[in-house]
Amino acid sequence: MKELVVISGKGGTGKTSLVACFAILSKNAVLADCDVDAADLHLVLQPETIRREDFSGGKRARILVDRCTACGKCESLCRFGAVFSDGPAGEKAEKTFRIDPILCEGCGVCAWFCPEKAIEFGPAVNGEWFVSETRGGPMVHARLGVAEENSGKLVTTVRKEACRLAEERGLDKVLVDGSPGIGCPVIASIAGADLVLIVTEPTVSGRHDLGRVADLAQHFGIPAMVCVNKWDLNPQVAGEIEALARTRSIEVAGRVCYDRAVTEAQVRRQTAVEYEADGCAEDIRHVWERVDNRLGRAGAG
Amino acid sequence: MRIAVASGKGGTGKTTIATNLAYVASQDGRTVAYLDCDVEEPNGALFLRPQVTEKRPVNVSVPEVDLGKCNGCGQCGKICQYSAIVALNNDVLVFPELCHGCGGCWLVCPVGALTESYRQTGELERGRAGKVLFVQGVLQVGEAMSPPVIRAVKDTAPQADLLIIDAPPGTSCPVIESVRGANFVLLVTEPTPFGLNDLKLAVDMVRALQIPFGVVINRADVGDGRTRRYCQLERINVLAEIPDDRRVAEAYSRGEMACQVLPSYRDLFADLLANIESAATTAGDGERASR
Repeated sequence: MKELVVISGKGGTGKTSLVACFAILSKNAVLADCDVDAADLHLVLQPETIRREDFSGGKRARILVDRCTACGKCESLCRFGAVFSDGPAGEKAEKTFRIDPILCEGCGVCAWFCPEKAIEFGPAVNGEWFVSETRGGPMVHARLGVAEENSGKLVTTVRKEACRLAEERGLDKVLVDGSPGIGCPVIASIAGADLVLIVTEPTVSGRHDLGRVADLAQHFGIPAMVCVNKWDLNPQVAGEIEALARTRSIEVAGRVCYDRAVTEAQVRRQTAVEYEADGCAEDIRHVWERVDNRLGRAGAG
Repeated sequence: MRIAVASGKGGTGKTTIATNLAYVASQDGRTVAYLDCDVEEPNGALFLRPQVTEKRPVNVSVPEVDLGKCNGCGQCGKICQYSAIVALNNDVLVFPELCHGCGGCWLVCPVGALTESYRQTGELERGRAGKVLFVQGVLQVGEAMSPPVIRAVKDTAPQADLLIIDAPPGTSCPVIESVRGANFVLLVTEPTPFGLNDLKLAVDMVRALQIPFGVVINRADVGDGRTRRYCQLERINVLAEIPDDRRVAEAYSRGEMACQVLPSYRDLFADLLANIESAATTAGDGERASR
């Protein structure tokens, strides 16, 4: 089984639109939407959910009002500024302490050292994940709760479940829709994958961000390909990006032209390759052929 | 006043709007600072082209082990919630990239074998772009945690009448760290199904943080009318609609600001700034009245 991860560094370059097309073009893949704090793949593929699970990525501290003596130890130890002295009145103090669940990083130091054992420290539900059927194949996706932590762990869960599902159903590919940036959720999406496709755009930002995300793939030893989306917006920068890729031994997967059909298709809950035969759809089919071919060779040495 | 520019979806135009707002505000005599909090992929400098005059490392806390003192009790591994420290036989392994710097291990160690130490995860750059004071954070490639670098950017914000914070995309910890403490959050979206879905997530986030906010609809003539209907229904203030203009996209692709190459955009951004300030002031008054 081979795992392809589509990332971009810069946001909004067309990752999800491309992954949705790849899902339709490949007949034997499981999809994994790992952009867990702004997941969009489901909007086009309209999944029918067959399984739903809570996700708990960490623990959270909560002060037990009637045991708190307002000694302030927790406040002095918390490195995240999550403890405040404006809690409600309890049995032992007029004003107890309070922990802000958004600021709390779940380290448990306050609970460990509380002399009154007045802090409860237990699993927090940070989100949920789903297994669904779509017309592009089975899909694992997730939703991080509002203002929640642990997006990296949720990404890891989604990927693991997608791989398990592929094995169970005898499918030989996992297509992962990643998130923008180079931080925690991106690292969790690419670690150990077979191939990374970097989708970029012909702008100074796209070029700059490609450099950093290519460094990241290299840092984790994962082969990378690059695709310049909306290349005709600035053909010169598109050429520069491809030249930069070649000097770094990143294979160019092809170019996709700017086409308003991508948005028109999205409004109709379709992928570009379902919506039209020519235009960007033709480019995307070529990109997929090269990526699919390269994926087949990945890991073979 | 601190204005944070954020969005659920990436690529909706945060940096375009943040840099142009900083530029137009700096033209009317106020001191303006632009803070690039998208430390994973900072792009503001490509447009503002600042003269960087100061660079310094961003460090985070990590434990340092003195094996000579360790008695192998294993308490450090028990308190750590991030699997960043493991005690094995006569050794203690630290995985610094997993460490959140909570201090648990060195507080719990009964024999003083662990002490607080520091390591660099990013860099801070300060300078000036014309009249705009400029600060950006850059996360080192391979590092997972951007919030400490974002915190460092905010902590070194210069004194200014107006602070513009360019936030990363998404709705999780890095975004929350960027917008926390802002007087107003400007959510940038585009009127497409993806844009609307991610706008709703971003609205849930700013509401949870209880910060006043408004929306800018960028590339307003693409997509469909659902974003406007959503804002109407939710009584969300739409502060500007920016047309889908190929000239703006091409200027952006070259690293040029719309305001500088297309003078007609100066009025658009000046109006947007005025709308933000009036919305932020009204929201502030409302908050005081309700106390």
